[in-house]
Amino acid sequence: MGALLTPALGTVVWASIAFLVVLFVLRRFAWGPILSALNEREESIAGALNEAEKVRKEMEELAASNENQLKEARAERDRMLREAREMADQLVADAKNTAREAADKEVAAAKDAIAIERKAAVAELKAEVGNLSLEIAERLLREKLESNDEQKALVNRLIDESPLN
Amino acid sequence: MTRFFSSFKALLAALLLLSGTALLAQDHGHADEHDAHAEHAEHDAHAHSAEHCDADTDHSHEGDHNGEAHDHESHADYAHGDHTHDEEFVAGTFIIHHIADAHEIHLFGDVHIPLPVILYIEGQGVKVFMSSAFEGHGHGNKTCELDGIAYTMHAEDGTTGDGTPVVSGQITAAADGSALTVYDFSITKSVFGMLLILAAMVWMFLSIAGYYKKNPGQAPKGMANALEPLIIFVRDEIAKPSIGDKADKFMPFLLTVFFFIFFCNLLGLVPFLGGFNITGTIGVTVVLATLVFFLTNLNGNKHYWGHIFWPHGVPLPVKFILVPIEVFSIIMKPAVLMIRLTANISAGHIIILAFTSLIFIFGDGGQAIGAGSGMGLFSTAFMIFMYFLELLVAFLQAFVFTLLAAIYFGDATHDPAHH
Repeated sequence: MGALLTPALGTVVWASIAFLVVLFVLRRFAWGPILSALNEREESIAGALNEAEKVRKEMEELAASNENQLKEARAERDRMLREAREMADQLVADAKNTAREAADKEVAAAKDAIAIERKAAVAELKAEVGNLSLEIAERLLREKLESNDEQKALVNRLIDESPLN
Repeated sequence: MTRFFSSFKALLAALLLLSGTALLAQDHGHADEHDAHAEHAEHDAHAHSAEHCDADTDHSHEGDHNGEAHDHESHADYAHGDHTHDEEFVAGTFIIHHIADAHEIHLFGDVHIPLPVILYIEGQGVKVFMSSAFEGHGHGNKTCELDGIAYTMHAEDGTTGDGTPVVSGQITAAADGSALTVYDFSITKSVFGMLLILAAMVWMFLSIAGYYKKNPGQAPKGMANALEPLIIFVRDEIAKPSIGDKADKFMPFLLTVFFFIFFCNLLGLVPFLGGFNITGTIGVTVVLATLVFFLTNLNGNKHYWGHIFWPHGVPLPVKFILVPIEVFSIIMKPAVLMIRLTANISAGHIIILAFTSLIFIFGDGGQAIGAGSGMGLFSTAFMIFMYFLELLVAFLQAFVFTLLAAIYFGDATHDPAHH
């Protein structure tokens, strides 16, 4: 029992010497290199992780900018298509208008011409009728109307002869 | 405050444990008085039968049925040998014999590995011989005579002929009938185990360091991989939270102490190796505690000493009470570390040995083999449980010792201006 509670001189001496020697040996040749190796590795791992995170962010940014560019390009294309379509529509509409106007003008001109022709024809007809009437009247007067029948026949003949259609 | 309280509790627990051990030992002391008389008279005559009834079979092999059978036989021998009373199984002796340091490694039965005995004897110089030189078996004193000096290895606490007190395992020497003053520097069981562990640590950690040098920045493999988590555990869970910025300075000591205690505790659990109880040997733990004491106080800053000798924010009369307590605590803190470690590791061994003893007590010296076998089954089951618990304790005590040492270093180097 006493042996349990009394530190034995020899044990204390051996323990002191052996433990201190091992402590110094390990401190110099083991713990220093081990701890610094662990630190270095941890730092390099942390560095690598940071690097990876940075690269990931860059990639994200790149992807985002690509996306933007793509969007812009698409918008540009849409805009161009729309403009082209508008322009084409415009052109077609313009052409239609022009054609219609031209046609209207033609029609109007034709109508005018017809109206003028008609007026002229009517005027000519009127003059012709007047002349014919005068001729008829002249002949009537010249043949001295011998009988009524002759007169009537004459009138009818004259009418038949007249180019009245 | 909590820390102080927990230290106090641990101290209390340790004292309880030790007093328990003392009771056992006393018990055995009475029995031994009979022994002592009988022993001298009958020792030679019954040398053969006295030769180990083995109370001291290795504790791990008790579970083994062969071992039991063997022991029953030897107990039976005793019954015929006509001095059942003298050699009656005494659990206290058995247990103390196993956890105390010794000059040999007891493997099993009567097989011992002798260890070197190194003595410095005043006036005679240094004497070195193997412990196998000692003659005598069983529980009595062992003797040998070399170069005209008579050596006695005492089996029990007591006194020598001229009234000098001795403890069990102590070696005394006499020449021409007069006692000589002996200083024992023997490689005892605990010293041997300690040297073994320290040598293994040097080999292990130097090879790990070599590995790291050869493979910088690589993932660890093999032994480096096995021990790296513990190294990182000591650094990140013990040193850094307790000490802070100055942790690096104390890392070599903390790592060495942690692994030393942990490996010594584990070695103590290896069966068939004589039940090493290195960290339960007070001569070893006192050295560790002394180193903690010096490292704490030699690194103590102005704030640390100020806290001890002139605590702030305390009324003057209280200072008269507090300062002596604080001064006492300088010694007490490492002392508690020492007692906690020794008591916990010894207690683990005591419990396992106590359950081993139950087998023999119930077996009643071979008279009640049925009861002995029944108890053997129960004890074995319980010892398996205890072994698992002891594995946890082996780690836990290394952790607690290192953590508290780190906290003391932290207290000594803590600079409140920085926080």
